[in-house]
Amino acid sequence: MLTILFDGIAYGMLLFVLACGLAVTLGLMNFVNLAHGAFAMAGGYITAVLMNRFGVPFLATLPAAVIGPALIGLVLERTLYARLYNRSHLHQVLFSIGLVFMAVAAVDYTMGSQQQLIQLPPWLQGRVDVFGVRVGLYRSFIIAVCGVLVVLLQLILTQTRFGIRLRAAVDDQRVADGLGINVNLIFAVTFAFGSGLAGLGGALGAEILGLDPTFPLKFMIYFLIVVTVGGATTITGPFLASLLLGIADVAGKYYVPQFGAFVIYTFMLVVLVLRPQGLFARAR
Amino acid sequence: MSDDSTADVGATLSRRGRWSLAEILFWLFALATLFLLPERLLFLNEIAIIGLFAVSLDLILGYAGIISLGHGAFFGLGAYAAGILTKHGMGDPLIGLIIAAAAAAVLGFATSFLVLRGADLTKLMVTLGIALVLHEIANQAGWLTGGADGLQGITVNPIFGIFEFDIFGTTAYAYSLTVTFLLFVIARRLVVSPFGLSLRSIRDNPLRARAIGIPVNRRLVVIYTVSAAYAGVAGALLAQTTQFVSLDVLSFQRSADVLLVLVIGGIGYLYGGLIGAVVFKVLQDVLADITPQYWQFWIGLVLVVIVMVGPERFTERTTTLWRRSVARLRGRPDKVTAAPVKEV
Repeated sequence: MLTILFDGIAYGMLLFVLACGLAVTLGLMNFVNLAHGAFAMAGGYITAVLMNRFGVPFLATLPAAVIGPALIGLVLERTLYARLYNRSHLHQVLFSIGLVFMAVAAVDYTMGSQQQLIQLPPWLQGRVDVFGVRVGLYRSFIIAVCGVLVVLLQLILTQTRFGIRLRAAVDDQRVADGLGINVNLIFAVTFAFGSGLAGLGGALGAEILGLDPTFPLKFMIYFLIVVTVGGATTITGPFLASLLLGIADVAGKYYVPQFGAFVIYTFMLVVLVLRPQGLFARAR
Repeated sequence: MSDDSTADVGATLSRRGRWSLAEILFWLFALATLFLLPERLLFLNEIAIIGLFAVSLDLILGYAGIISLGHGAFFGLGAYAAGILTKHGMGDPLIGLIIAAAAAAVLGFATSFLVLRGADLTKLMVTLGIALVLHEIANQAGWLTGGADGLQGITVNPIFGIFEFDIFGTTAYAYSLTVTFLLFVIARRLVVSPFGLSLRSIRDNPLRARAIGIPVNRRLVVIYTVSAAYAGVAGALLAQTTQFVSLDVLSFQRSADVLLVLVIGGIGYLYGGLIGAVVFKVLQDVLADITPQYWQFWIGLVLVVIVMVGPERFTERTTTLWRRSVARLRGRPDKVTAAPVKEV
């Protein structure tokens, strides 16, 4: 029971790291980016390739898994995404679906369609007993890393100058521009940062979520659920939503496997119908 | 005053409702393919079905401005309804169509109240969520739907008890084309009616539409239900003509593809869906010939390019070019410069 709870928390934390970039682009900047999972997949594949082909240790691949997708994100933001901020949601949806299709096919072409497996270092394998609860070491590691990230993100968003500027830029782009804030730069950096975090999530999650070319499509709905259910005015909303989703998904698959993902989708629909602005957000 | 404007609107609408020569030629050509391309009839059958599906999406997206990422839900429901019905002995195709349409319409009506709440993003998520829930149900309820193996062993009776479905797809294509044509005529009638006009004003400015007395929500519920029924019929056609239903009919891919079809052909005029279906299927066929596994990449690229260029400009430019060249041929160069507004 507690093990399931623990696994659920780890899964939820992972989802949060994967989705928090989307919480900014979709929730704050109001850009419907269905291609977010593609950046996560990029991070996962960077780790897998570095480990399996070049023998780089797991931890050492993580920085690359952040920087790679962040750079891809930066380039795409400047060349393509930036032109679509003011376009209709339909265009954004179509554009990002197109990107997903391209990413899926390109990865399939270069890496093959099979699952990528990564070999965790020995000190992260296995489970230990903590107060009678069987706790996976790797999952504890994920919880620790993601916990630190959550605190960091919250601090960045609320305490730093950059965070204040970001919130200003998101609230009212024109006024922020008028006050001398370089909105374009802020958006570009934020987008790259979000992509980098997704990459990290993809790398950390390769072992738990599985990694194959259909990753962006398979988990797209999960990311969207986190953002829409959590609402996006704060970091805490999506964070709580991720935890809830993680625990519900793990518990659901364990206790009522015959329902599959049915529980989660229904829950999402109910939340969306009752509180379209998200579960934890106040209506704006 | 009000009589005048009513008469004006009536005159405008009936002018728009007139069939142009190009349209008649379009349908005559579609009919001719039945005899001209006898070895590609199964392929043409798919085009007709996807065309109808795209028209149904156009009714809500192009005319009422509702974005849907889960239109495949109705398509899939229609397919399963027709398939299951046939499997359990109700082999008449027309009854199958009607029941599939009714099932999809009921689902559309019930979910329209969920979909019409909230902003674009909520709509996207709700439509996507409904499609996912249906997919999950079809996957788990293996005793009814065959689950991941698909629904096999569907044998459809001859249409009217006369026309039997053959392996070359002659009957199948003729059947799909006829149904698509009839539903298209109804849809065409619908969008040039005052009802269609009110939908367009809702799409362009819901607030103002409400202010001049259009019952916005009721209109949207109606068109959403109609569109769902259309999608259900398209799904039923697929199930009956291929005699097989797989989980694939409810996949996200299906909903994304139909959006793409509509964007290729042009949103907001009914022929867009049909033309898009032709272009999409031919493109898919050609690409799948070149790279069997990776044609999706090129489809994705097409999508990105269309959005970057701007779908409106895309179709407007072609029509402007067309008008200009027609004008030149008639010896009146450069008379037409502005992009004309599409009406049907």
